[in-house]
Amino acid sequence: MPHDHHDHLSPSGHPYRQDNDGPLSYWQTMEIAVRELMIEKGEVSAAEVSAQIDAMDARTPANGARVVARAWSDPEFKARLLANGSDAAREMGFDIGPMHLVAVENTEDTHNLIVCTLCSCYPRNLLGLPPDWYKTREYRSRAVKEPRKVLSEFGLDLPENTTLRVHDSTADMRYIVLPARPKGTDSMDSDALAALVTRDSMIGVGLPKSPA
Amino acid sequence: MDSHDFALWEKRVDALMILGAARGHFTVDGLRRALEDMGEDAFEKMTYYERWIAAINQNLIEAGVYSLEELGSKMAEVEARGETYGAAQ
Repeated sequence: MPHDHHDHLSPSGHPYRQDNDGPLSYWQTMEIAVRELMIEKGEVSAAEVSAQIDAMDARTPANGARVVARAWSDPEFKARLLANGSDAAREMGFDIGPMHLVAVENTEDTHNLIVCTLCSCYPRNLLGLPPDWYKTREYRSRAVKEPRKVLSEFGLDLPENTTLRVHDSTADMRYIVLPARPKGTDSMDSDALAALVTRDSMIGVGLPKSPA
Repeated sequence: MDSHDFALWEKRVDALMILGAARGHFTVDGLRRALEDMGEDAFEKMTYYERWIAAINQNLIEAGVYSLEELGSKMAEVEARGETYGAAQ
């Protein structure tokens, strides 16, 4: 009974995964229509749409982690990153588009958090698509109103004397948090350092992992 | 709290946004203007990608890429293909 998924497991034990078999919605119909009209008008090709999806799927927080690891191990790069995030990321070969990327540095006494209060602006070129929670009204409003409480729900309890800065992204300006380098990592190379950098630490709702 | 797997139609909306902007038919500002014009109801009742496809569509019609009539007949044609996204895509 392939469609009997009340317990969310198929008979083979795999988690049930929804396919494109739900009823066609009005907005899905619009997506198909818009895409086909654009193809008919010679604006895009089906291959370009697929290639774009591929490129998007290939972007993961590992890109951002490489930038952070380089900044931790190369003080001159770090200075360039903080002065102009877009140029520094491009220097590493990442496509940043026309966006201004601003890296904000966590230090011993300052912690940074990013949000887009209006919608979902996010440093997707370096982190991939935003997690669901980042787009919720809950996060978008509470990150500004009660950021310390939000952080503590993520398991991050900031000392009271730590300054917390919340950065609201805009259509053409994206922030990324440069987390503080964890202690005990002096002998680690860039690759090992990058493995400590989590997505959440670059949003500011978490910290990098500690070395094992 | 983790991200879900995005559905194919959602990824396509995202691709259309990037490609449409690259073709110069709208800017992110144009999309946001359309989003803000939708009113509060849209933010209560529509999902994220539903709002985006609506904004993209409005900008493309305004840019003259296709007309409202062309959209209407295309949507009717798509709907007639089947009852699921998989059948209609």
